[in-house]
Amino acid sequence: MPDKPLAPEDFARCPLPISEHDTVQLGHGAGGRMMQNLISNLFRWAFDNDALNKMDDMAVVSLPGNKLAISTDSFVVDPIFFPGGNIGELAIYGTVNDVAMSGARPLYLTAGFIIEEGFPLADLRRVVESMRDAARTAGVSIITGDTKVVHKGKGDKIFINTTGIGVIEHPHTISGTNLQPGDRLILSGTIAEHGMAVLSQREGLQFDMPVLSDAAPLHGLVSRIIEAGGGSVHALRDATRGGVAAVLNEFAVSSKVGIRIQEKSIPVLPAVAGACGLLGLDPLYVANEGKLVAAVSADKAEEVLSAMRAHQMGKNAVIIGEVIAEQPAVVTMQTLLGSWRIVDIPLTEQLPRIC
Amino acid sequence: MKYLEEYRNPEIAHRLLDEIRDKVTRPWVIMEICGGQTHAILRNGIDELLPDTVTLVHGPGCPVCVTPLELIEKALTLASRPEVTFVSFGDMLRVPGVSRDLFKVKSEGGDVRIVYSPLDAIRIAKENPDRQVVFFAVGFETTAPNSAMLVAQAVREEITNLSLLVSHVLVPPAMTALLDSPQNRVQAYLAAGHVCTVMGWQQYESIVRDYHVPIVVTGFEPVDLLSGILSAIKQLESGQAKIENQYARMVTREGNLYAQRQIDDVFQICDRTWRGIGVIPRSGLKLRDKYATFDAEPRFGLTDLVIAEPADCISGIILQGLKKPNECPQFGNRCTPATPLGATMVSSEGACAAYYNYQRFRNLSEK
Ligand code: SF4
Repeated sequence: MPDKPLAPEDFARCPLPISEHDTVQLGHGAGGRMMQNLISNLFRWAFDNDALNKMDDMAVVSLPGNKLAISTDSFVVDPIFFPGGNIGELAIYGTVNDVAMSGARPLYLTAGFIIEEGFPLADLRRVVESMRDAARTAGVSIITGDTKVVHKGKGDKIFINTTGIGVIEHPHTISGTNLQPGDRLILSGTIAEHGMAVLSQREGLQFDMPVLSDAAPLHGLVSRIIEAGGGSVHALRDATRGGVAAVLNEFAVSSKVGIRIQEKSIPVLPAVAGACGLLGLDPLYVANEGKLVAAVSADKAEEVLSAMRAHQMGKNAVIIGEVIAEQPAVVTMQTLLGSWRIVDIPLTEQLPRIC
Repeated sequence: MKYLEEYRNPEIAHRLLDEIRDKVTRPWVIMEICGGQTHAILRNGIDELLPDTVTLVHGPGCPVCVTPLELIEKALTLASRPEVTFVSFGDMLRVPGVSRDLFKVKSEGGDVRIVYSPLDAIRIAKENPDRQVVFFAVGFETTAPNSAMLVAQAVREEITNLSLLVSHVLVPPAMTALLDSPQNRVQAYLAAGHVCTVMGWQQYESIVRDYHVPIVVTGFEPVDLLSGILSAIKQLESGQAKIENQYARMVTREGNLYAQRQIDDVFQICDRTWRGIGVIPRSGLKLRDKYATFDAEPRFGLTDLVIAEPADCISGIILQGLKKPNECPQFGNRCTPATPLGATMVSSEGACAAYYNYQRFRNLSEK
C-alpha cells in the first residue's frame, strides 16, 4: 500500500498499481469497483478517445461513406511476449489488417479481454500500452470493450478479441473470389518471421541471429496498392496462420483457378531459412503478421509492384507467380531446381521433425 | 547461413544432374533410408529430374512410421490415465492406433504435452510432482542420446515421477534386414546424414563389406542429395562398393563419441518390431537393467498387447522399398492425411505423406 492515497491525477500519470493488487483478481471481472478501477485506470487511460470516454454500453460513432468492412478475430498466442512484439499489438494489427484487405480504411476497434485470475497487472499494462501504441500507429480508436476474469487454470494468461470497422472509399470489388487467369501474385516481403519468432520464444530455441516478429499494420500499403492498381487489384489477403501457402490455396479454391509460383522468387531472410531448415519447417506455411499477397491483373502488376516497393511495408515486394485457368483449386510451385510440386494446404499446424 | 544457399544452388544441382545422366548406362535402384531425405527429394522434385533409369525407393527411416502399433496403443492407454502427463514429440500425436490417436486422447481430457526436446520432460516432472510424467522415447540414433540424457538427468536430480515408453530403433540392422530379404531390390543406399552425425559412418563398414553395396552418407539439401546419388551411380557403374561421405560438413567416421557413450550407458540393444515390417533382430534400444525403474511399461503394468495392422495398408511393403506410395490402391482415395490408414500417411517424414503433399497429381495420373 502506498503511504498516502493516490490522487486521481496520479492515476492518470501512472495507472498502476491500480490498488493493492499486483495481479488480476476475479474481482477485476466482477462488475464492481475493482473492475471500474481497472477500466478507468488502465483501459481508458491507454485507449482514451471521446467515444470510449462516454462509458456507455455502446459507442456511437459516425462513419464517413456508406460501405463498411467489419472483421473480428481472437488472439490466444502463447507466449504472449515474443521477440518483436506481444499479444496486444498482434490483436490490433491482426484485425486492422483483416479489415484493410478489403481496401477499407480501418477506423474503430472493439477489444474484449478474457484474463486468467492471477495474471500480473504489470504484464497487462505492457499489453495494453502496446495496444495503445499499435492503435495509434494504425490510426484506429478502440471505442468499446469488455473484460472477463476467469478462475485460475480456466484460461491461459490472457485472450484478446478485437473487432474492427473500416470504411471502403473505393468502388472496386476486392475479394478472394475475384482472381482472374493472367493475374500476377505479388508478395509484400520476406516471409515466416512471426511464426519463427513465436516458436523460438516458446521453445527456448536459440538461433544464430534472433528472428523478430514482423507484426505491423498493412492498411497504408493497401491504400498505395489501390491507388496504383484501382480495379486491377482483384484480391488482397494477409498471410497469417497457414502462411503464404494457405492464402494461395484459399485464393485458388475460392476463385476456381490454378496458381503457379516460383520458389526462387520467394524472399526469406537467411536467419529464418536457417531456423526453418533446422526444424524441418517449410517457410511457406509459417505465419506472418505483416505480409500480404495481392492478385493484380498483368497489365497493372509492375505499376502496383513499384508502388508497393515505395512503401516501407512493401519495400521487399516481389511477383511470385501467376493465376492460370488450368488445374482449378491447385497451387503448384516450380522448385529451385526447375521441377514442379504441389503447394498443399496444411492439414493442421506444421510440427518440427523428430530427428 | 551461407551453406544453405550453396547446397540449394540450382546451377550446381543441374551440373550434378547432367553428370548423373552422363554416367548412367543401365537401370539402378537406390534407397534413401531417411524420411527427411524422402521429403526433400519430393519437395524439390528430384525424382522427376533424374533419368528414368535411376529409381529412388524410400526406406524405413521415419521413426513415426516404424513405431509398432502395440507401442502406439500403449501410449494411448498411458495418456488416457488420469494420473499421467504424457509427453511426446508432436509428430506422434496424429499416428493412428487401432481406433484413435493421441490428439483424440488429448481432446478427451488426457494430459498430453508436445515438446521439442526430451529434457523438457524433466521440467514438467518437477513442476508437477504429484503427477506421473511419461516420455514417449521414439526415434533413431539421432534422438536416443537426448533420451539417454533425460534418464541421466533424472537420476542426478532424483526425479521419481518420470518414466519412458521406449521405442528407439537403430538404422544399420534395418539396412541389413532389407538386403537379406529375398525380395530385395536395393542396390545402393543413401545413408541418413543426421544419424551419421551421431554414430559416424564407421557403423556401415561391415555392411559395405558383407553385402558389397555402395553407401553414401548424404544431407538433406538438393545438392547434398544429388551428389550422393551421383556417387552411388559412379560406384554402381564401376562395380565398386565403398562408403563415401557427402556430408563431411557434419559427419565424421567416428561420429559424436560423447553421444554414443550416453546411449550406451543408458540403453542396451534388443530385438524390436517395426511397424509394417515385423521383428528385426537387434534393431532396437531398451533401458538397461540398472535403469529399469524408468521403464513405463512395467511401472504401469502394460502387458504385451498383440494387435493386427489394418489389412488394407501396405506401408510395410513401401518402407522396404518394394512399392511406391502411389502403387497403394488406397493412396489418395481412402487414405489421405485427413483420413490416414497408416503411419506413413501421417508423419511429416512418411513416404505416403510426401507423395500426397507434393506430387499426388503426377502420381495419380501415372497410375
Ligand atoms: S497410402 Fe495409406 S494405406 Fe497405402 S500404404 Fe500409405 S498409409 Fe498405408
